[in-house]
Amino acid sequence: MEEYVIEMRHITKRFPGVLANDDITLCLKKGEIHALLGENGAGKSTLMSVLFGLYQPEKGEIRKNGRTVKINNPNDANRLGIGMVHQHFKLVENFTVLENVMLGMESCRFGFLDRTEAEQRVRELSERYHLQVNPDALVEKISVGMQQRVEILKMLYRDNEILIFDEPTAVLAPQEIGELLQIMKGFAAEGKSILFITHKLGEIMAVADRCTVLCKGKYIGTVEIEKTTREELSRMMVGREVQLTVEKQEQSAGEEVLSVEKLTVAAKHGKKPAVHNVSFSVRSGEIVGIAGIEGNGQTELVYALTGLLPVAKGKLILRGKDITKASVRERSLAGISHIPEDRHRHGLVLDFSLAENMVLRRYREPEFAKYGFLKKDAMEEYANRLIARFDVRSGSGADTVVRSMSGGNQQKAVIAREVDREHTLLAAVQPTRGLDVGAIEFVQRELVECREKGNAVLLVSLELEEILNVSDRILVMYEGEIVGEFDPKKTTAQELGYYMAGAKQTGGTAKEQTGKKQENKSLEASGKEEG
Amino acid sequence: MPEQNRIQKIRNHPGSASFLATILAIFSGLLLGFLIMLLAGPSAAGNGILVVLTGGIPVALNAAKQLGQIFYQAVPVLLTGLSVGFVFKLGLFNIGVAGQYTMGLFFAMYAAFSFPLPSGVHWVVCLLAGMLGGALWGTLTGLLKAWRGVNEVIAAIMLNYIGMYLVDMWVQGNTAMYEASRARTKYIPASAQLPSLGISGSNLNIGIFLAIGAAVLLWIVLNKTVFGYELRATGLNPDAAVYAGMNSRRNILVTMLIGGALAGLGGACTILAPAVIPGSSVTYEPINVIAQAGFHGIAAALLGGANPLGIIFSAIFISLIRRGGSAAALYGYRLEIIDIVIAVVIYCASFSLLIRELTEKIGQKRTGAGAERSEMTKKHRTRKESGMTDRGKKEGGDTAWIR
Repeated sequence: MEEYVIEMRHITKRFPGVLANDDITLCLKKGEIHALLGENGAGKSTLMSVLFGLYQPEKGEIRKNGRTVKINNPNDANRLGIGMVHQHFKLVENFTVLENVMLGMESCRFGFLDRTEAEQRVRELSERYHLQVNPDALVEKISVGMQQRVEILKMLYRDNEILIFDEPTAVLAPQEIGELLQIMKGFAAEGKSILFITHKLGEIMAVADRCTVLCKGKYIGTVEIEKTTREELSRMMVGREVQLTVEKQEQSAGEEVLSVEKLTVAAKHGKKPAVHNVSFSVRSGEIVGIAGIEGNGQTELVYALTGLLPVAKGKLILRGKDITKASVRERSLAGISHIPEDRHRHGLVLDFSLAENMVLRRYREPEFAKYGFLKKDAMEEYANRLIARFDVRSGSGADTVVRSMSGGNQQKAVIAREVDREHTLLAAVQPTRGLDVGAIEFVQRELVECREKGNAVLLVSLELEEILNVSDRILVMYEGEIVGEFDPKKTTAQELGYYMAGAKQTGGTAKEQTGKKQENKSLEASGKEEG
Repeated sequence: MPEQNRIQKIRNHPGSASFLATILAIFSGLLLGFLIMLLAGPSAAGNGILVVLTGGIPVALNAAKQLGQIFYQAVPVLLTGLSVGFVFKLGLFNIGVAGQYTMGLFFAMYAAFSFPLPSGVHWVVCLLAGMLGGALWGTLTGLLKAWRGVNEVIAAIMLNYIGMYLVDMWVQGNTAMYEASRARTKYIPASAQLPSLGISGSNLNIGIFLAIGAAVLLWIVLNKTVFGYELRATGLNPDAAVYAGMNSRRNILVTMLIGGALAGLGGACTILAPAVIPGSSVTYEPINVIAQAGFHGIAAALLGGANPLGIIFSAIFISLIRRGGSAAALYGYRLEIIDIVIAVVIYCASFSLLIRELTEKIGQKRTGAGAERSEMTKKHRTRKESGMTDRGKKEGGDTAWIR
């Protein structure tokens, strides 16, 4: 029998109406990187929250080095050497790095903070693990990647031996991901044990030693990474065969549908425009992918295109018609469909029923309204049709309040609505964010289908793999400008990554993105899906 | 199994939760009110609370009259309540009902004194004039909000004062209307008074049917029409409404116009009530006080969960305990006590919303997205409190209660 540092045995955790963890066993060896894989709502985050003392399980026990322990709160977890990097960082933005690291463990002398000793330790740790963090920097001024390292420093400062990473790569650029994975490997080599929650099979294959797969709250199995394949992992996770790459017919693009001419969009804060002098076109039967690290103007570009933000300078031409000054409704009627980045903010009225949400963009059409009255029957019928066609799952069909549905099914509802209506241009922003492999496959197939029907598709995604997989043409945005155009067949993620981090630099480390603040709000959406 | 499903469905229906919350609010409010009465005068507290709860009907000399007055005084509460509730569906707080009510009251009076029309037509014109006055005042708030981005609460509070002082000035400067020696308006011409429902000693008139009709109409507009759909969507998620291509400016204006018209109708129905003693009428005293009916309307809207049909009951309830409160004077209690009880009921209503939100949050942790709701409830809460801080003055006899 092998030595385990942490054993979680037969953990059962129930929430009203849902069995989040059903008899799950997870054993962590010393010095290993153990991946935890599962779809949205599979119970990964719940399981980790149990380990970190945020939830108490109804059944099961946790052992540390063979000894049964009770973890009532994160402080208990800390005492046992368990640390966690949350998906949404728990940092005080207007504190320095050092202050954040010390917070909760302040060393004092005569009631005053004693920084010198703490600072020395932070510098030491930063150096030893190649974190390159400046202890005096303000957290709000450093990049997301650096903020994550502050979270890591917090764990190290507390001498944690068991490190939990909750989807750490979701917010990082490719280069940063590479560096993080190296850092994780370094920890493992030093004898620290790592639990690594992720959706991304590639990362698991790259760094993990073993992988535990959960599906719908149940334990599926634990596999050695050396002896498994991506295909097997995704099958375990979803419970069926999954196509990891989308199949696409060769198809030449038709006439120009959208032409963006020297578009400039003002930023919400600051003087620098969010989108600066951007020109490109999208033709029918073509998927144009826009790659970029979050916050480089992609959001504003699409908002300006769909009418949610005003255009400061430049022109938007949709099929020969100038829509620069058109209202949202006019653009919608002109044929723009929009899968918004943030489905909770824009895409859905969460307290409306599914039927009401399905007509959100069409409720004025004669099909659904007559003499100013809504045709409830027609709405219901239409919703049922979309539910059947797109396999949207919900508690009570068209009457379900959307808030009660899972994130994946909410997204499916938005996609169903936008894809099904008559459109010539589909602007899809992060359509697969926070979705699991099975749902991603579905969404990407829908995008390709739109293209095959001869529609133009503009795809904005932070996932390079998705951009490379689905697009016919790739544009890279950096600081509000388009810095490169690529043919997906002739480029690599690595090359795109360099351009995404600012084309002319060579290193492409996180330092260069200093000051680019992540929009935490939109991130929350993806976080909420986690069980 | 199907039986269980039905129970589940009823339990999950948002309406049942708010109904429960309302009942809970009323119950705990009355309990606290009872405690306050115990403190104020322990010996009569039991009888006192009973009188309050029964609207004073059992102890009244004329039970029919008492009942009639309860319904008569429910009319402005109901109409202003509908105004607040309707506007709230759009996500705005119409604290300006008091001003719109006063404007409606003045416009109706103006039509009553200035247009010599045959009876049968005159009061209809006066009602319409009242609606116009309220609508104008409401639209003003809407314009400020839609085109200049002025916070509707601030604009409306200002407009409450502007409206009240304007009306008092206009009334005092109008010799056809004002009787300076008595410091009140003259009696409304009989042709302008609303048809009475014939309960002797009571001002009860067709206004109650108009008000209930308005509630039903609003419910239909909200739930069955395209406009109502846009309104609800905007109130629940303004960003999604913009995304859907809705014209938020127009919706704000139209909603404030309707809300104002409702409050104005409330003012008109109050001042145009038929006289109990022939040859007299309800009168208005320009004493520079913000109309209290608006604040009762806010209470009714909150207690009724902003649902037009719910507001019918909450308005009648508020009117009932107010009349009951007056009757409790028999046992030596002052009307202020009843004001406290109403205040407590409203506070409890906001607490029960809080409780409801908490239970929902626990249930929704997994499905996520409690953010918007809590945002909404936060709005609820702050709104309620702002409604509470500005309660008007106490009321006196039959003529002064319209204040």
